[in-house]
Amino acid sequence: MSTSALARFLDGDVFHSFRGSPVAIGAALVAGVMILGAVLAPWISPHDPFDLKSLDLNNSLLPPAWTEQGQRAFPLGSDDQGRDVLSTILYGSRISLLVGLASVAFAMALGVGLGLLSGYVGGRLDAFIMRVADVQLSFPAILIALLINGVARAVLPSDANIDAMALAVLIGSIGLANWVQYARTVRGSTMVEKNKEYVQAARVIGVGPATIMVRHVLPNVLGPVLVIGTINVATAIITEATLSFLGVGVPPTSPSLGTMINNGNNFLYSGEWWLVVFPGAALILLCMSVNLLGDWLRDALNPRLQ
Amino acid sequence: MTRRTAPIAAAALAALLLAAGAHAKTLRTADQGDAVSMDPHSLNETTQLGFTGNVYEPLVMRDASLKLAPALATSWKQLSPTVWRFELRRGVRFHDGTPFTADDVVFTFQRAADPGSDMRGVVGQVKEVRKVDEHAVEVVTTAPVPILPDSLTSFYMMSKAWCETNGATRPVDKRKGVENAASVRANGTGPFRLRSREPGVRTVLVRNPQYWGKIEGNVTEVVWTPIGNDATRVAALKSGEIHLMQPVPVQDVDRLKQDPNVKVMQGPELRTIFLGMDSKRDELLYSNVKGKNPFKDRRVRQAVYQAIDIEAIRTRIMRGAATPTNLMIAPGVNGFNAELNRRPPHDPEAARRLLAEAGYPGGFEVRMNCPNDRYVNDGEICQAVAGMLARVGVKVNLEAETKNTYFPKILSRNTSFYLLGWTPTTYDAHNTLFNIMATPEGGRGVFNLGSWSNPRFDALTAQIGVETDPAKRKAMIDEAMKIHADEFGHVPLHQQALAWAARKNVATVQRADNMIMYRYATVD
Repeated sequence: MSTSALARFLDGDVFHSFRGSPVAIGAALVAGVMILGAVLAPWISPHDPFDLKSLDLNNSLLPPAWTEQGQRAFPLGSDDQGRDVLSTILYGSRISLLVGLASVAFAMALGVGLGLLSGYVGGRLDAFIMRVADVQLSFPAILIALLINGVARAVLPSDANIDAMALAVLIGSIGLANWVQYARTVRGSTMVEKNKEYVQAARVIGVGPATIMVRHVLPNVLGPVLVIGTINVATAIITEATLSFLGVGVPPTSPSLGTMINNGNNFLYSGEWWLVVFPGAALILLCMSVNLLGDWLRDALNPRLQ
Repeated sequence: MTRRTAPIAAAALAALLLAAGAHAKTLRTADQGDAVSMDPHSLNETTQLGFTGNVYEPLVMRDASLKLAPALATSWKQLSPTVWRFELRRGVRFHDGTPFTADDVVFTFQRAADPGSDMRGVVGQVKEVRKVDEHAVEVVTTAPVPILPDSLTSFYMMSKAWCETNGATRPVDKRKGVENAASVRANGTGPFRLRSREPGVRTVLVRNPQYWGKIEGNVTEVVWTPIGNDATRVAALKSGEIHLMQPVPVQDVDRLKQDPNVKVMQGPELRTIFLGMDSKRDELLYSNVKGKNPFKDRRVRQAVYQAIDIEAIRTRIMRGAATPTNLMIAPGVNGFNAELNRRPPHDPEAARRLLAEAGYPGGFEVRMNCPNDRYVNDGEICQAVAGMLARVGVKVNLEAETKNTYFPKILSRNTSFYLLGWTPTTYDAHNTLFNIMATPEGGRGVFNLGSWSNPRFDALTAQIGVETDPAKRKAMIDEAMKIHADEFGHVPLHQQALAWAARKNVATVQRADNMIMYRYATVD
């Protein structure tokens, strides 16, 4: 009998492994600072780049503060609309993180639910869900996200709030594009778990299938899901950046990291390097630290490596 | 072939190839977008008509300095106010070898009048085309059209026999998904023949050895590639992968000028960029104001106008590569009047006051539609406008998107506030008055997407269309322009500057209509 995944996660071993891994500590520090910066953006950033009233074209394309023409009010320079790059990165990573976390939560809920059902019920339902998953796996996630994005924009009522709708569509499309991994993993583990004695015992004493799935099977299949989820946060952030880079993400007046990089890309040859370097570095740091944390978590949760 | 003659034949062949190599001059060129098809009647747009204008030809063309010049018609004259006679050029052959005759002209006018044609605006004023003999036609118009030859310069002749053989008697219509042989093949009379066409990838033209006229340049082959990304297009030019490209992103002009292998060609363009507002509906489709339409009020339109700091857009967004305008037409277009081109001042205070007077002291919210890959820095202009309007209290929800989704949306008038650009293909004010500014009705006002309307203006537009006395016509154009400016029917922004860039060894003619005619190009 294994202890539940959640308990294992909080077990002393895991923390011991964390303390023993400088990479994990570093990654956690970087991720922590960036997440904190994003969460606290309205209070700590020098400007509100989403407030169009505060933008002044006369402040556009200022280089970083330490260069000759730089101004102290714009520590990392400003973009072509006069937005402070540092503030925009802070606000932009809010959007990136929100989309990353929410879409992973959505994909996880969908994938785990379908995986449990598929693995536990089996038969035709299993075959159906898994064939759908197979079909979806044969397309790259970004293509599926683009497709869902396009369809959603055409179908959704056009008088809705653009910002909110763009976010919802992004989260939905990235989530829908990524559920398969979770479903596959959970289905496999569920098929193993459902034949174990404790599940059979529960069934014998008359516990309903829904309760068995949620109460007994789910806690035991959640470990790998958490690992995939952590790593996928980084992937989802990159997918959002890609969609925004391609111009189908958030509106240009409330830029995410991807929008900023897309915009900065137009200035690659004209010398305004800060427009692409800083948001690019922020995206790399964020994704790499989250990825390293996921990597460490995978090793820490793997009993064979302990 | 015997063993002894083989080496001689091989040597001869090699010499022949060498000779051909010495003459072969390939021009590799890139644009930010592709033509939607090779059919010259499928889209009335500069990229489309510019490129197909190398393969097909009009009756009357524009020369290097945009003056009218004989092409497939050697001469023309007005027999009566509504009848024009065109003498056709003799000895011209289409690329497939069939001779060009009056039948082809009659056929082409019929083809362009098809409901699926985008050139209906051009032939809409034509009632009938009569074949006089093999080499003369008479064009009868519904009303006097004093500038008929001017309006035919982007209207290209097709071969009747070829269209019938290939099932292309009706134009390609992308909106309805109609495709045919003319989408990817072409049979014109022009200085270049279409060799191959891969939509969105590359299109190859070769010099037409049987061309009836003189081809000024030395290019024997043209490879045309769409490269949408600004930085990639610049990189391709700097690396020598392409010889010629347009448009140059305004932020890269200075750097490119410093590159010793590259030259930047800049000039004024006839295109005017402007904003339009829905001033017809009783309630805006996309606004928080319900039950009434703020844009119906002249004061609100004026507030929008005066809230915009055009100087900041010119210096910051366009980096000087734009000429602010108060007229909907550019200098160089017949009817331009410098006196009427003075803009009311940028005055956010006045804008706020006007909004308050109109009953919107706290401003309002409206959605704005904007392309982000059609005009120079279009998306950036819209963002800047959104910021400037925010400062007077109008909250703009900006929807910026690619032209492929943008145009179907706004052309169906599914918008409250939009950005558009227009070049009058006739280089005459009437084209803009009729298409962009007059009340939509029938073929008129097709691109007046906010349906601004003024009866006196419409009456003037109709009279300008038929007036032959230049002085009277000019006075009427001035009056119409003044009405529109006083009423703030649209918000004109600027004329963007043309910017092409080429390798140092390439020379060509830069026309203000932004059409690249490869006949003028030389590669050293």
